[in-house]
Amino acid sequence: MSRLPLEGLLVLEFSQYLSGPVAGLRLADLGARVIKIERPGRGDAGRRLSIKDMWTDDSSLLFHTINRNKESFTADLKNAEDLALVKKLIEKADVLTHNFRPGIMEKVGLGYTEVKRINQRIIYGAISGYGNEGPWKDRPGQDLLLQSMSGLAYTTGNAKDNPMPFGLAIADNLCGSQLVQGILGALIRRHKTGTGALIEISMLESLLDFQFELLTTYHSSGLLPERSGVNNGHPLLHAPYGIYNTADGYIAIAMINIKQLALAISCKDLLNFDQKDAFSLRDEIKAVLAKHLLTQSSSCWLQKLHANDLWAMEVLDWERLTKLEAYKVLQMEQAINSHGKSITTTRCPIRINGERIFSPKPAPQLGEDNEKIKDELIK
Amino acid sequence: MKPLQDIIVVDFSQFLSGPSAGLRLADMGAQVIKIERPGIGDICRQLYVSNVMIEGESTIFHAINRNKQSYAADLKKTEDLEKVKKIVAQADVLMHNFRPGVMERLGLDYETIKAINPQIVYAEVSGYGDEGPWKDLPGQDLLLQAVSGLTWLSSNRSDSPTPMGVAVVDILAGTHIAQGILAALYQRAITNEGSLVQVSMLESILDFQFEVLTCFYNDGRELPVRSEVNNGHAYLSAPYGIYKTADGYLALAMGNITQLATLLQCDPLQHFTNTAEWFVKRDEIKSILAGHLTARTTDEWLSVLEPADIWCAKVMDYDVLVKENGYRMLNMELKVKTSNGLSITTTRCPIRIDGEIYTSGIGAPLLGEHNEQIDEQFGLVEPAIV
Repeated sequence: MSRLPLEGLLVLEFSQYLSGPVAGLRLADLGARVIKIERPGRGDAGRRLSIKDMWTDDSSLLFHTINRNKESFTADLKNAEDLALVKKLIEKADVLTHNFRPGIMEKVGLGYTEVKRINQRIIYGAISGYGNEGPWKDRPGQDLLLQSMSGLAYTTGNAKDNPMPFGLAIADNLCGSQLVQGILGALIRRHKTGTGALIEISMLESLLDFQFELLTTYHSSGLLPERSGVNNGHPLLHAPYGIYNTADGYIAIAMINIKQLALAISCKDLLNFDQKDAFSLRDEIKAVLAKHLLTQSSSCWLQKLHANDLWAMEVLDWERLTKLEAYKVLQMEQAINSHGKSITTTRCPIRINGERIFSPKPAPQLGEDNEKIKDELIK
Repeated sequence: MKPLQDIIVVDFSQFLSGPSAGLRLADMGAQVIKIERPGIGDICRQLYVSNVMIEGESTIFHAINRNKQSYAADLKKTEDLEKVKKIVAQADVLMHNFRPGVMERLGLDYETIKAINPQIVYAEVSGYGDEGPWKDLPGQDLLLQAVSGLTWLSSNRSDSPTPMGVAVVDILAGTHIAQGILAALYQRAITNEGSLVQVSMLESILDFQFEVLTCFYNDGRELPVRSEVNNGHAYLSAPYGIYKTADGYLALAMGNITQLATLLQCDPLQHFTNTAEWFVKRDEIKSILAGHLTARTTDEWLSVLEPADIWCAKVMDYDVLVKENGYRMLNMELKVKTSNGLSITTTRCPIRIDGEIYTSGIGAPLLGEHNEQIDEQFGLVEPAIV
């Protein structure tokens, strides 16, 4: 890659865990220099958070995944000397991010008003759980809780199931992505006007935005979205949308005209249904289809469906997916050498000028870059 | 001043992935012009969901395409194509989500456009990238969820693979292409050079799984195992999940089991003192918890858990949520009006800038609504015959 788009930009990341740091990761992969400002001794609380008890060094593999391609500077923000150093860094920075609960940055003297006084041009990005005001502002901004409060838990699973969360941190991930959008928009404006910006986003607003199709439909109909009783794929969509068991596995079937589907897979019983009932009778239609699909293998069905240009794919797990040419050709994996230990992780999903962006720099050890940063940016 | 004021985006994309990016750019101040086929337009106009329609068009089309303009043009007609090229020549961003090869056949591929407008940011969203055996397959949300391994993360272990019930792949690919476009616009401001920006839905949905995929790559390629009881996340310990109570549902995130045992007066949980067991025996722990929590109402449990700073929440549907102060304070609802007077309520842009929320009241365009205005703006009006 000859030149990355954000080359030359300096980002200070006061964020921890996932929502803010995932934004920092994207900015880093797009070319910015990202410095994590961490508490001496402990650092980003995400360093101690592991999944499957996997550790790379003192920090978890999870931390290494989220924080590769960054530097670390330790500072105790309650210590006047350290705070003065951090303020020196703020003078030089283009972007600052944090995801503390409302009021914390203000308490240490690094609220937007103070920071703006130090650096007029800075883009100050703040993530909260629920916004800066209102009855929920001090609640923990944790992904599962946000999913549960935002109505999202009523979109996945079947009608009879309990509310069911997405099995991944969608609120964190999306909120981080949207913060990146806001920051980049503000950087574009700064180039024209010379002014900085305050960019704020809450995880709750992110998840409401995520459900904008469902919410708009809800506001216009006044009716709660209902999950399908059989193989629910999306509460707003008609039969056959969903995942079906076959004789030897599972296939996903998206929007397909009922009659075309019936003919393609020779399912006579489906011909009893009219396309105009594909929503109101979706459970009945899907039940008939589900029974029929059990009789043959996935590959048999897919052959018939694809021969008719109908929208269906096999359901894969990572083991099978990663062996396929269609996956390998993406070159989505990259190896990172972290102090002698090799980690395989994913790369940035955005390609620029036809090139994939690989970023071999590992996550920093706590305070690893203190001296270098002092030399280069504070002296 | 809105961040993208004066930025012109010519958007050929349809359905959700590209158009959701266009919506974000529009809300941040860009002029977004949808190029649509005369007669039919964006296929999403006809995609009826849940039998809810607005003006004979689907509610979701109106949600996705508010605050945009529509220019009807038949790209297979030379005259129309020339006009579109003249618009593109003056634009900052071009975006499309056609399958690989379509823009080439129309003569609107990156090389051709770059020759007309070297500073353009040319953005494309594909299903599976532009090479490999899947490149010509339809980039549809559920199908991408199915092939990417995502469906093995939600719901309980003995359930079938379960898709996420929102078009998560489309929306993530849309946010990623918006990021790429914005980064490229920033770079252009510095270097005066345009770029090609590409995102595939498959790469986007793999990126979404980056934490758990990294675990898989490094742990000897062990597949995720969902919890059998109230699964919340395949890789997390008890109590993580959603539980039924006497009158509703309660979500419990990461928490200390013995502390929970005390607070909830659930004695059988007291002997899980070894924190390693919270993962290994999570189904056993969660079953005990699930049995215990049905005895009282959600509010009763919250009144015990919240003062102790336990990460918990009441599970709400839209009916409950929209009545809450915490929701209403956000002013997340937005009323927009189409040019023929139709009014709908949708959501606004989630990003606040300088303390302001951006609330445009402009609804989705009628097909071809802005042809005249755009012809005028870009100097495409035929001179009158004298």
